[in-house]
Amino acid sequence: MIRLLTVGSVIGWLMLSQVGTTYAEPYRPTDDAQVLERLSYKATDPAAREIERLRADLRNNPRHLESAVKLATRYIEQGRSEGDPRFLGQAQAVLTPWWNEPTPPPATLLLRAMIRQNAHQFDQALVDLDQVLDVQPTNAQAWLTKASILQVQARYNEARRACQRLARLAASHVLLGCLSDIAGVTGQSAKSQELLRQVLSAPTLSGRERIWIATILAETAARAGAIREAEEYFAEAFKVGIKDQYLLSAYADYLLDQRRYQGVISLLQSETRSDGLLLRLALAEQALELPAFQSHIAELAARFAAGRERGTTVHIREEARFTLALLRDAQWALPLAQDNWNVQREPADARILLECALTDKNRAAAQPVLDWLNRNHVEDFRLRQLARQIQEAPF
Amino acid sequence: MRTLLVIAWLLLSVPAWAHKPSDSYLSLSVHNDRVEGQWDIALRDLDNAIGLDRDGNGRLTWGEVRETHGEIGAYALPRLVLSAGTQTCTTQLLDQLIDHHTDGAYSVLRFRSGCGGPIEGLRVDYQLLFDTDAQHKGLLRLTHGGQTRTAIFSKESPAQEFSIAKRSLWAEGTQFIHEGIWHIWLGFDHVLFLLALLLPTVLIRAEGRWQAAGDFSSVCWDVLGIITAFTVAHSLTLSLAALDIVQLPSRLVESTIAASVVLAGLGNLYPMMMSRRWVIAFGFGLIHGFGFAAVLADLGLPQDSLLLSLISFNVGVELGQLAIVAAFLPLAYLIRRSWSYPRLVLTGGSLAVVAIALVWFTERAFDLQLLPL
Repeated sequence: MIRLLTVGSVIGWLMLSQVGTTYAEPYRPTDDAQVLERLSYKATDPAAREIERLRADLRNNPRHLESAVKLATRYIEQGRSEGDPRFLGQAQAVLTPWWNEPTPPPATLLLRAMIRQNAHQFDQALVDLDQVLDVQPTNAQAWLTKASILQVQARYNEARRACQRLARLAASHVLLGCLSDIAGVTGQSAKSQELLRQVLSAPTLSGRERIWIATILAETAARAGAIREAEEYFAEAFKVGIKDQYLLSAYADYLLDQRRYQGVISLLQSETRSDGLLLRLALAEQALELPAFQSHIAELAARFAAGRERGTTVHIREEARFTLALLRDAQWALPLAQDNWNVQREPADARILLECALTDKNRAAAQPVLDWLNRNHVEDFRLRQLARQIQEAPF
Repeated sequence: MRTLLVIAWLLLSVPAWAHKPSDSYLSLSVHNDRVEGQWDIALRDLDNAIGLDRDGNGRLTWGEVRETHGEIGAYALPRLVLSAGTQTCTTQLLDQLIDHHTDGAYSVLRFRSGCGGPIEGLRVDYQLLFDTDAQHKGLLRLTHGGQTRTAIFSKESPAQEFSIAKRSLWAEGTQFIHEGIWHIWLGFDHVLFLLALLLPTVLIRAEGRWQAAGDFSSVCWDVLGIITAFTVAHSLTLSLAALDIVQLPSRLVESTIAASVVLAGLGNLYPMMMSRRWVIAFGFGLIHGFGFAAVLADLGLPQDSLLLSLISFNVGVELGQLAIVAAFLPLAYLIRRSWSYPRLVLTGGSLAVVAIALVWFTERAFDLQLLPL
């Protein structure tokens, strides 16, 4: 009897959990003091003041190029540090008077390239950059941006050439950072490490640059399996004291690989606003079987659905990882990882595609990544391990 | 420019953003000559456009939003122009509430637009925020007569036209039949209630024990009586509720439905307390009808073909019910003589029904969420 009751209630539980999703209704708050939303900045922040001043300038004269470029630049920076894509839409709006012109001024073209780069419209961004470089062949910003896009597209030789153009145009650490990031993936990580270590000891680096260099060093070390070294470089990057979304996610990935789940949780507990960071938090919660895991999965699923509803697929790498690792649906995750690989080809993109192919027992799907690994002599012991597993698998 | 140098590099590697880009959610429901609308606009977007943070502390409180309701309405409504034919509709703001989407709090504007005559085509001209955020999108759900369409407004395509052609009565009818069938299949409480009543029909109670019922025709009559009673009862209240003659609070309805399932299950475990199951079916059928009506209301009843959709929906419910009976009855009849039927299927099944329905009842009556969802 008791057993029957238990079975009955378990069945009830399962059925309810399928149909019991409640949809929130719009409501009228009862307390005037209830905080509904936290904004990116206060009105008194210097950044907010500057933005407000520039906006006022542009209200009077929307075609004032200098103010528009300044404001769009501020927005892009803000977007980066807040992890908020709204600022990129705002930057684009500021550039509206020039956006559809056949030959926009180089300064706005450069910003348009960065906005398009962010929307993963890489080929269009490259066209913009080449147009800038035709007019201004010494524009360091354009060369660096171009190099970064080419690297993401795995066009390493072209990317290297673009970096080299920085030699006399920018500070040496920019050149070295650019080259070493590529070298770190393409079989020259020892050399890259050596160069970057020297850069890191230079006292003239800005905070953001220091984080950038230290993170490249940490990730290259982690890919080579030098765990302690990687830890030291991550610590170096955190010591700068500027919050950086990329650093947080790279360190969380490192901790997840080390199975240091508790570390991920204390690192990301309050970072649930960012999809990428929430994903990593949920992965750690899953490993520790924490109850918060269920609600975080539901939250992530809702966010990916909301992104799809507006017809954009910028988060496809994260979505593939979410689908594979949290929803455990390799069949659904694999096409996402493949679509993602067609757009961007960094080690993280390679890894998710290999993992999906392995789980879905589909060697053919892994082939493009295996070719990429061999053609470029990619140094990454986890990718090599996955590649071996796929090649030796009985399927 | 120096900081930007590196940022260009890093922009590529942002590990998915903290939010999605800016969207608003617009629902329009066309009823003959007017449009009922709900428009959810992110507070952060409104703040960027017209400034909601009065005290400048970086936090938006309900007080600040409430005090700027006039400005929000004055800003948003002119940026949404609805027109039918050559006639521009006049929009009246009804209410402003708050809701939360995946990327934060939204102001919910409820409005009604009158278009001066029956609407045969609706043109929606959407101009919100494009001047300050070129990647903003307006996500539209347009419903008309139970049919839903979606569309996306962007800076590149800010205006779109929708034909609100009279749909054929046949198409409308079959759609509501379809909805009715699905509702009874997916509304587990109705299915369980029905099954609980049907479980003992292939047995008869004699000398305090369950015994297999004799011939198939008497079983069928028994089932027919129960189903007819349930159908008559719920059709009655469904119509009363759909025509707005009787209204009951949904919490009461939903809890009573759950209680009816509990009782139906208990009735099988203690058979002496219910010899006439058709009476039970009729009595609780009345309350299940109110449950169906809530679904029908959510579907959005077309006012001009109210009766048709009501009847079609009901026909769908009956068809769905018949399918359940057709799947259940022959099987139960075949195995009624087996040792396991009275013990495992009837007793075990009824226990499971009671357990499930008790959870439902507790949740609905006390407004609890017993599940970790």
